[in-house]
Amino acid sequence: MTDTRSQFQPDDHENEHFLLTTVVGSYPKPTWLNRASDLHADHDHDFDDDDWAEAADDASRLITHEHERAGLDAVVDGEMRREEMVEFFAERIEGYEFNGPVKVWGHNYFDKPSVVEELEYDEPWLVDEYEFTAGVANRPVKVPITGPYTLASWSFDEAYGDEAELAYDLAELVNEEVTKLVEAGARYIQIDEPALATTPDDHAVVGECLERIVADIPEDVRVGLHVCYGDYSRIYPEVNDFPIDEFDVELANGDYEQIDVFTDPEFEPDLALGVTDAHVAEVESVEEIKENIKQGLKVVPPERLTVSPDCGLKLLPREVAYGKTANMVQAAREIEAELDAGEIDAEALRSGED
Amino acid sequence: MQRIASTLGLFPLPDAQRDRLADLKGHQKEDLIGGEEPPELTETYDAARERLIDDQHDAGLDRVVEGQARWDDFLAHPLCVHESVRTEGIVRYYDNNNFYREPVVTDELTESGDVAADLRKAAGLTDDLQAVLPGPYSLSALATDEYYGDRATFLDAVAEFLAGEAAAFPDAVETLYLLEPSLVTDAPESGEHERVRDAIDAVVGAVDAEVVVQGYWGTFDEALHGHLLDTDADALGYDLVTAEEAATDLVREHGTTDRVSLGVVDGQNTRVEEPAAVGDRVEAFREAASSGIDAAYLTPNTELFHLPVNKCVAKLRTLATAADPEVAR
Repeated sequence: MTDTRSQFQPDDHENEHFLLTTVVGSYPKPTWLNRASDLHADHDHDFDDDDWAEAADDASRLITHEHERAGLDAVVDGEMRREEMVEFFAERIEGYEFNGPVKVWGHNYFDKPSVVEELEYDEPWLVDEYEFTAGVANRPVKVPITGPYTLASWSFDEAYGDEAELAYDLAELVNEEVTKLVEAGARYIQIDEPALATTPDDHAVVGECLERIVADIPEDVRVGLHVCYGDYSRIYPEVNDFPIDEFDVELANGDYEQIDVFTDPEFEPDLALGVTDAHVAEVESVEEIKENIKQGLKVVPPERLTVSPDCGLKLLPREVAYGKTANMVQAAREIEAELDAGEIDAEALRSGED
Repeated sequence: MQRIASTLGLFPLPDAQRDRLADLKGHQKEDLIGGEEPPELTETYDAARERLIDDQHDAGLDRVVEGQARWDDFLAHPLCVHESVRTEGIVRYYDNNNFYREPVVTDELTESGDVAADLRKAAGLTDDLQAVLPGPYSLSALATDEYYGDRATFLDAVAEFLAGEAAAFPDAVETLYLLEPSLVTDAPESGEHERVRDAIDAVVGAVDAEVVVQGYWGTFDEALHGHLLDTDADALGYDLVTAEEAATDLVREHGTTDRVSLGVVDGQNTRVEEPAAVGDRVEAFREAASSGIDAAYLTPNTELFHLPVNKCVAKLRTLATAADPEVAR
């Protein structure tokens, strides 16, 4: 398998071992950006598209640098330009239409779009976002993209009559977008498929979508898959057959009750392990996060372990999101040093002897 | 055959009240409805009810529901607001991207009057009032019991509770829908069929109204269907969107009630059906049934909260048009 990981190790990395640290994607928006978004949406106000673009650029720069300050090896702009993970893409794809918000629970509604005709690629979705972020970042940039299966499942289908066919068409569009991102320089793509957790029997559809997404993408581009809040035993070991470099999971939330799912049969992609809980507004200590990281070492050797939060951090207070990220990086660096010093025996952890 | 345009209730919140309620209540689990609301919330729900009833009048429905804007927890609502119930974490609502608070029953389920109070308000706004309740089997399946001890006793208790709620309904209620998706998605074992039948009869016996028992997301298995035909319910309901063939086979083989309810428009897809196609679907079902059908309620196959407001209203119009005797002819 091509090594897609070492390109993310900084030249001045302090330890022999390297645990790749990153985030899933979303991050709390600065309060002023939410205000700016309200003004932009208010047609009676003269806060125009240029003003909004400037605000979004400023926020992206700010959060990218916040990620660098926390010490992350691969950074994201915190998805400052995106509101919801389906809506953002549906707005940019020809063939989608919006009819209004739909209830999820309580008073939480989202703009669930309808597919009203065969979908077509219209304008680039994320190339501008990537180029801006890469331009201001001093670290490599990861690009999270909502996956085709989730884009299909969380839409009304008026046109296809077959969810898998809709997902496959969307996968072709994602492939087109990834191709453009790679041409623009992106080397780390993460496909987000939370809908798979709710309908795990469709793992073969997601696998087929991924085949389409990675078609003709250069091998040195790192492709990850993120799936959260579900019963992983229902999609593992099938995940081992997916054409991905990394599988990103949320397990801190459930105190690693499911970690053993991944130990038999042997885990094949790299493991990107959630080591801080995205839905607890309390910063875990470095010590606690180190114990969580060791859970990952039960599954893969250090050179195949990526460390990230469980999920996007957007719902947390910003200082908590920063605290979790910074402590996570520190915990990873301390684990690396302990591995270097032989204080942690990774092999013993993996064989269950420790 | 008479055609009656109706719905399974649980409408999406009208735009104005959705935003207002989000501001008043917030977005967290603890912000959901508790059963006794402060005046500004009551006023907002009153406005929502009025709007939902107006929409049904405008569309021309033959039966009008209260709309159940207050039902934050979908079919689990009557328990989630009960004083003998503790609500826990957010759990998935059937196989949907929807979530409700898990109700945990910790004490005796006594009559609460929560649903009846909303219906009394609705009765002042419309004739042809239709009530909607979860069926006893589905409500017990959506809840956790920490008081009654075993599954059978709990089902009986939930049935008795629902019977108490239904007995308090105003006289204006002409039809009561008992929504029973769990009879399809989580079907009772054959040993439970008689108890399920008796549970439904307990609720049917409590109201002086026509009662419809509606299953959806598939159809009843054959043995259960037989027991449902034995209940005192006036009509059984079939989901012709997700299980047209199975439902048709069932009534071809075993017949059905004199009056039926047919889920004929898709409550979970924004594509709006043509009234003529809906009429054809109804007619095909009538022809297939080995027993005569005097009347058919035409409804969406599920609750309507799955849709955005504009599509919900469009579906209501489709149902009303498809039930119009001129179109039916």
